[in-house]
Amino acid sequence: MLTTAQDLPKSIDETLSLLAGAGYIADRSLATVLFLSLTMKRPLFLEGEAGVGKTEIAKVLSQCLGRRLIRLQCYEGLDIASAVYEWNYAAQMIEIRAAEASGIQDRESLSRDVYDPKFLIRRPLLQALEQDQTQGAPVLLIDELDRTDEAFEAFLLEVLSDNQITIPELGTIRAEQPPLVIVTTNRTREIHDALKRRCLYHWVDYPSAERELAIVEAKCPGAGETLSREVVAFVQRLRDEELFKNPGVAETLDWITALMELDQLALDPDVISDTLGVLLKYQDDIARMEGSRINEILTDIRKDLDGVE
Amino acid sequence: MTEQTAPTNGGRLAENVAYFGRALRAAGLPVGPAHVVDAVNALTMTGIGSRDDLYWVLQSVFVKRRDHRAVFDEVFELFWRSRGLVEKMISILSPVANPSRAEKQKAGAARAAEALLKAQDQQKELPEPDLEVDARFTVSGKEILQSKDFEQMTVAELDDARQAISELALPSDVVRTRRFQPSSNGRRFDMRRTVRHMMRSGGDLVIPHFRSETETHPPIVALCDISGSVGQYTRIFLHFLHMLQLRGRKVHSFVFGTRLTNITRQLQAKDPDEALDACSAAVEDWSGGTRIATALHRFNRDWSRRVLGQKPTVILFTDGLERDTDEDLAVEMDRLHRSCRRLIWLNPLLRFEAFEARAQGIRMMLPHVDEFRPIHSLNSMADLCAALSGETTAVRDPKQWLRPVGIRPSDAKTGGEVHGQA
Repeated sequence: MLTTAQDLPKSIDETLSLLAGAGYIADRSLATVLFLSLTMKRPLFLEGEAGVGKTEIAKVLSQCLGRRLIRLQCYEGLDIASAVYEWNYAAQMIEIRAAEASGIQDRESLSRDVYDPKFLIRRPLLQALEQDQTQGAPVLLIDELDRTDEAFEAFLLEVLSDNQITIPELGTIRAEQPPLVIVTTNRTREIHDALKRRCLYHWVDYPSAERELAIVEAKCPGAGETLSREVVAFVQRLRDEELFKNPGVAETLDWITALMELDQLALDPDVISDTLGVLLKYQDDIARMEGSRINEILTDIRKDLDGVE
Repeated sequence: MTEQTAPTNGGRLAENVAYFGRALRAAGLPVGPAHVVDAVNALTMTGIGSRDDLYWVLQSVFVKRRDHRAVFDEVFELFWRSRGLVEKMISILSPVANPSRAEKQKAGAARAAEALLKAQDQQKELPEPDLEVDARFTVSGKEILQSKDFEQMTVAELDDARQAISELALPSDVVRTRRFQPSSNGRRFDMRRTVRHMMRSGGDLVIPHFRSETETHPPIVALCDISGSVGQYTRIFLHFLHMLQLRGRKVHSFVFGTRLTNITRQLQAKDPDEALDACSAAVEDWSGGTRIATALHRFNRDWSRRVLGQKPTVILFTDGLERDTDEDLAVEMDRLHRSCRRLIWLNPLLRFEAFEARAQGIRMMLPHVDEFRPIHSLNSMADLCAALSGETTAVRDPKQWLRPVGIRPSDAKTGGEVHGQA
């Protein structure tokens, strides 16, 4: 389980090393915006292609700060009942029946009893605001916000700017310490300016070759040096190929794990074409890569790698 | 009315403000007598120190919405100008005035000038009103307008066409969302409302409440060709998109010539002139050549995930006369077709009776669209609205245009059996 809550980092360098300690290799721009978000207590809005490690940031943050991670996965039709709170209707019904049976006629007290916080089912957003403060403010991850609709986005404005939620029967609930909020989106639609205004924005890009190699070494320490270098170089080259969907870091890690399972020590054209489905998820892209193209890229990267050494 | 007013006594001031109010009303602002009274009162209270003061006092009274400001500015500019008014009037009235220059006026300028000039004309013609002026508003006039080609319309007719577009019946296509709303005949039990209503009676009376899925309009994504060959139609079509957006439909608009530009934000301005001006400013390649395949490739790569996420209806507006036709065009069209709810191709070339799908580009694109429609008149625009509502006709089936050249597609209009001969 989680240990006691750590203090927030005091500088950008501290943020960098904190993340590195938990196995997340961040570049300086990300560390800067994350540090600012933590000190300014503003939500961090992360945008970027799928699989570049946006969600991972929240997970790592909760892990290395020793805070609880509360995750709200967004989807179309997400409403207050599944995001914030819901009353436990069955228990409420029993309460009403019990009151009836014992002959209580006083409506005022009945409604006070029925809308008691004990009947409240707390969903992620309410949990994040009501978190026991001795453990420090939790990390609230609002994942793939673009999946939900604008109505919900508008509701989030109150939560994100004032850290409060209004429940008609109970009144306004306000967090003593604002949660550390990370909002991610894959850009399947544009998020409204009003929401972006309340957040710090960062575009998470594909990592550079050095950083990707560092990530691979941190996450898959068992892979040999040759394999890691070749895989990273190959994936980096693929991203220049005008594919419909470029492979993300997640795919790189999947691929290298797959190759390790197949006991590969270096890349060869046959294995690449057999395992291309781990990297590329569109038939058009796979068709484009199959055949001689793989060979060409492989010869290219080998030449580059030899040149470096 | 053109003289600079003397602020000292109320003599000419009230009269001038009243005329100014009428000019604003004629230009389309909701200005009533009460506003004029307010304005006169405000002016007598503040006094007029300078032209700027006058401007701000009048604006605070007459402008109630942001998009009225452009029109107000122009009317003010014309009305309270001390010098040069006559020249301006002459330049607007001049028969040799270049119409393209008129289009490049500032937003609201045309309406302001028209409003002022109309007021003048009416004053002159007061003794003997000319009934012929209103002839185009008669039924027959409107009917002609409905089927007239946009390219053949005069400036006045285009204005009427724009007006008619803003009054078009909106498409009524709906999709169900996963969000719920209370409904008396819904199928899902609404526990929350049921318990809440139970409390009113102290728990005695249980009246079940229900809810059902909300319905909403699917978004529309428009990809619009702005090459020189379809220039006039593009402007009208952008008016159409602007109208849809103004009336609450979710529209993403893109224009392409040699490159792709997103003009969704520009079209958000409430005033149609202002919106189109913003579009022209944002687009660098207006009235140039077209590269459809390149534009579609950019769209598929950079935008499709962002705007096609919620399965919109895609409207592609182009004449399809592509210069560099190769496999890419078919591939990109196919990708676009598979990512959206419905792909409707609007082609101004269909206005010609004898149109045949001979061009290589057109033949490559046709297999990948759901509907192929003309877009040259108000009637065809109304048909488009109907088509968006889901009323499809065999006449608009793209496959019939792919038959060997020589068989006239319009023959298919006579009956469904011809359709099977392909």
